[in-house]
Amino acid sequence: MTMIGWAQIALVLLLVTATAMPLGAAMANIAEGRWRLPGEGALYRAAGIDPARGMGWRGYVLAMLAVNLAGFLLLYALLRLQGVLPFNPQGLDGLSPWLAFNTAISFVTNTNWQAYSGEAAMSYLSQMAGLAVQNFLSAATGIALAFAVIRAFARGSTSDLGNFWVDLTRVTVLLLLPLSIVFALMLVADGVPQNLAGYVTANTLEGGTQTIPMGPAALQIAIKQLGTNGGGFFGVNSAHPFENPTPWTNFWQSWAIIALPMGLALSFGRMVGDRRQGWAILAVMMLFVVAGTWATYAAEAGGNPLHLAQGVARGLGNMEGKEVRFGTSASALWAAITTGASNGSVNAMHDSFTPLGGLVPLFLIQLGEVLPGGVGSGLYGMLVFVLLAVFVAGLMVGRTPEYLGKKVQAREVKLAMLAVLIVPLCILGFTAVAAVLPMALSSVQDAGPHGLTELLYAYSSAAGNNGSAFGGLTADTPWLNTTLGIAMLLGRFAIIVPVLAMAGSIAAKPRLPASGGSFPTHGPLFVGLLTGVILILGGLQFLPSLFLGPIAEHFAMLAGQSF
Amino acid sequence: MTTETASVPLSRVALDALRKLNPITLLRNPVIFVTEVVSILVTLLAAMAAARGEPWAFQAGIAAWLWLTVLFANAAEAVAEGRGRARAESLRRARGETRAKLMARHDDRSLWHWRDAPELRENDVVLVEAGDLVPADGEVIQGIASVNEAAVTGESAPVIRESGGDRSAVTGGTLVVSDWLVVRVTAAPGNSFLDRMIALVEGAARQKTPNEIALDILLAGLTIVFLIAVASVVGLASFNGTPPSVPVLAALLVTLIPTTIGGLLSAIGIAGMDRLVRFNVVATSGRAVEAAGDVDVLLLDKTGTITLGNRQAAGFFAAPGVSEAELAEAAMLASLADETPEGRSILAFARDRYGLSAEMPQGAAIVPFTAQTRISGLDIPGRGSFRKGAVDRMGQAEVKDIAERIARAGATPLAVARDGRVLGVIELKDIVKPGMRDRFDALRRMGIRTVMVTGDNRLTAAAIAAEAGVDDFIAEATPEDKLAYIRNAQKEGRLVAMAGDGTNDAPALAQADVGLAMQTGTQAAREAGNMVDLDSDPTKLIEVVEIGKQLLITRGALTTFSIANDVAKYFAILPAIFVAQYPGLAALNVMGLNSPESAILSAVIFNALIIIALVPLALKGVRYAPVGAAALLRRNLLIYGLGGVVAPFIGIKIIDLILGVF
Repeated sequence: MTMIGWAQIALVLLLVTATAMPLGAAMANIAEGRWRLPGEGALYRAAGIDPARGMGWRGYVLAMLAVNLAGFLLLYALLRLQGVLPFNPQGLDGLSPWLAFNTAISFVTNTNWQAYSGEAAMSYLSQMAGLAVQNFLSAATGIALAFAVIRAFARGSTSDLGNFWVDLTRVTVLLLLPLSIVFALMLVADGVPQNLAGYVTANTLEGGTQTIPMGPAALQIAIKQLGTNGGGFFGVNSAHPFENPTPWTNFWQSWAIIALPMGLALSFGRMVGDRRQGWAILAVMMLFVVAGTWATYAAEAGGNPLHLAQGVARGLGNMEGKEVRFGTSASALWAAITTGASNGSVNAMHDSFTPLGGLVPLFLIQLGEVLPGGVGSGLYGMLVFVLLAVFVAGLMVGRTPEYLGKKVQAREVKLAMLAVLIVPLCILGFTAVAAVLPMALSSVQDAGPHGLTELLYAYSSAAGNNGSAFGGLTADTPWLNTTLGIAMLLGRFAIIVPVLAMAGSIAAKPRLPASGGSFPTHGPLFVGLLTGVILILGGLQFLPSLFLGPIAEHFAMLAGQSF
Repeated sequence: MTTETASVPLSRVALDALRKLNPITLLRNPVIFVTEVVSILVTLLAAMAAARGEPWAFQAGIAAWLWLTVLFANAAEAVAEGRGRARAESLRRARGETRAKLMARHDDRSLWHWRDAPELRENDVVLVEAGDLVPADGEVIQGIASVNEAAVTGESAPVIRESGGDRSAVTGGTLVVSDWLVVRVTAAPGNSFLDRMIALVEGAARQKTPNEIALDILLAGLTIVFLIAVASVVGLASFNGTPPSVPVLAALLVTLIPTTIGGLLSAIGIAGMDRLVRFNVVATSGRAVEAAGDVDVLLLDKTGTITLGNRQAAGFFAAPGVSEAELAEAAMLASLADETPEGRSILAFARDRYGLSAEMPQGAAIVPFTAQTRISGLDIPGRGSFRKGAVDRMGQAEVKDIAERIARAGATPLAVARDGRVLGVIELKDIVKPGMRDRFDALRRMGIRTVMVTGDNRLTAAAIAAEAGVDDFIAEATPEDKLAYIRNAQKEGRLVAMAGDGTNDAPALAQADVGLAMQTGTQAAREAGNMVDLDSDPTKLIEVVEIGKQLLITRGALTTFSIANDVAKYFAILPAIFVAQYPGLAALNVMGLNSPESAILSAVIFNALIIIALVPLALKGVRYAPVGAAALLRRNLLIYGLGGVVAPFIGIKIIDLILGVF
């Protein structure tokens, strides 16, 4: 680890913290209706929507499911039919049913798991009208859901969680589009392509030929980072020189990956009328980001002892699978924030990290994608942990636990536990089955604990709606496409439904005034408590799997064994 | 019944613990139920291994300790129940085999016939005479008698019960020691106060409280999470070798699921109830006890709760041109016939401060106090007429300023006159009980507002409120005012507790979230409240709140402890399980445990023994100090959170060392 390396990391995180304030304010303004679209009334009238009419949690969920179902069907059709549709200069065929299913679910659920390579499989129409549109919609869906959940805490004795149609429209048009357009122009300025031209064939110095892919990449990359989507335009994602050409684009994209989820924490504080509450949540998120970055950076900068023993790359750390323009520091930061934030983009190959360096991203995903998590989904996921923390700790001060004046009772605990159960069930259940199923095992590249980590990471990534690939897994098989698709679906919607039901129940409760008997949910004590609860309730159940994967591999490596 | 600590014989506990192994009863407790299922499974596997001639000692060892885990959890509950049962026995003896004198007509005490008490119905009218046990709960409709209520309250000094007013309720099982009563039965047998008390202390009528249900859900959820985690090991470990044996996985599962709190949860609830009973307060449900912990507002009657209750003379203030001695003498003479505590305090004050005393003069005519005149006094032939009374009735001009000053200070001014001339004012003061201010400060730190309820005027009330240190007061309070205040507070989402005894308190008692009725109070009040204080001391409301809080704290603390324990158990068991497959994992055996078998067994043994070790804490409750939520949380997190992480590392290591000796 070097001072320069840490300075790069610190600069990104400071910028994120600084921008969280205006972004948090902006999102609160949108959520509370202070910012509206000019002329949006006509739009709603045309669609037959009364923007003033709030929805109960069921209505909100149904509207959200309807939009996402329609998005899934459209995207599936588009991917299957892209061979006969325009904007396909390379003449790419339609996707197989399995792959189209997996990809459509992946982009609808904000996962962006990619069992294909963009330049080899996707037409420009699929990229623009299919994947990019879902990048916007899934991000807007997440933020809208977060708005609904925040309102549940901010309001008292109501069933009104807001209007999904209005939230979705305003978030997309007022927040995501303008940010993405500005960001895309910044990327274009640094060399990211945004065109509809066909691929270019170049003659190399060695006399061979090379096909250089083109396409409308910049805008899609902008929303992929801002919306915690992570799906690359090109196969190797943000390691690709057109997707992330310079350290400068890498810096700004690092910022974009966690800017909105961190900002939403502060929107929460603003909307519930106590900004300190937002800062406490942001502090917990930041704590994990810093710790995760530190652990990965330390592991990667320390290098692989087996390499070092052979005199390879001394002083550079473990550079296998990393881009020289980023180095270990920017790669470690990227790995921590993308896995903390359920943004599946990669600028280095996690498969090539040291065992402990690879454990950190894996564990950050398994902790439930709340650190800071996906846009919206991170915040509402975090609030589930907050309620559980408040419940256990609240009893310890001798009262029925309450958070922001809302009592946490059996119904909330039940729904919170349901939401918490889904992730381990999907990750551990599917991995355990895959680990003994020949059909699944044939996809695994490596033997030993490393191979298990590859499987474990794939299902963690899918269930956590992260989408990043550890690598080393041939993912485009009917078995993996289907089971990973199911894991993505459950990891998104099987959490949303109980969380929104919980929000409905919380909204219905009166907001009690705080008294000396309710303990403060801001400040270091609560930050420490929440951190402990996330580690123990969110993380402990994965310890056996981590022992069998990266931890076993680490000690094997120390003993001179590699896989 | 009062404070005897019933110790429960060990044999009885062991028997109960075995009886509770019935899986159907255990279904109530998902964590322990899962433990029992796993125990059965491991026992079968050990037996099969033994039958096949394979090594079975290790499996049998795990099975034995898993069974002990279940038994210890059952025993914890049995101990708690046993303490209640001992108390119930004494109550049941009191109920005994009573026979009732069923009256044919209310007004004819000679017309009655015997009827067994259990056959009495509501609205039957019975006669209870000296020496009879009251056959059922009821309302006195005729007569006055002294009743020994020791069977219920533990207090053997008889109390007066009479028809009408606030002392008309009698409790089944109490003994009439003099005179007679005609009682209308208000509760059918089996549903009487005593029956309910028996059911409550026995734990038979125990229903899970809201927080208990929520906690149960959390624990069941955690159990499922760890079931998934442990079951997945079978597949995960198969990827690169053979999975651990079922007994080992069973050990891992049982140590991870929250058996500690799962085993102690119901004991904590029963013990909380028991603490209340030993404190001579009976709650009609656990829900009420829990609500007590949640209370935000305490409504306390001024008289008898905040103040000593009897206003006492605290000063004589002479009118201009009158000597203090003259006033003191007149005040004394005007009070000679006054038998009220106030009147007597005036005599005492005159004697102590001015050395005055007098016998009732011959031929003196007593002018009694009436609500209309609000004046009383004495006419002594040859010496004149002496009066004392409300200032506004006695010509306030001369002493207006003095009286107002006294009233503003929270005291009551009483004018004294001789032959119609006002001589001055007596200051009657209600004395705030010592220590009340500190207690209210403590309550405020706990986030509880105290509200003083008084019939005094605003001025007086404000002054006493300031002196006692309460947060708010209701002056000139009527029962309707109380009710309205409670409703308002509840509308703001606050939980309200109050104490009361009279019939006119009943609506407010019913409306309050915690209504503590006095045992001496009316049947209506007792029915309306959800707790009855057998000592009839309204101050105890404060302790009731503390007991409620202690109950919740104990649950929360042991839950935290139980969950925090998992960290160490993982570090004991996981390296042990996988070390054969990956020898390098031995580096994570941070406790330096002897062997994989010893490590696993030590964790299981610790997991079982910790239940027994924590039983005393579960029964006694975690210490509670009124220090504000943040400080309380910090302290309990440190002890039970951090302590919960550290303790098992030490405990498992010690057990491993002991196992190493064998």
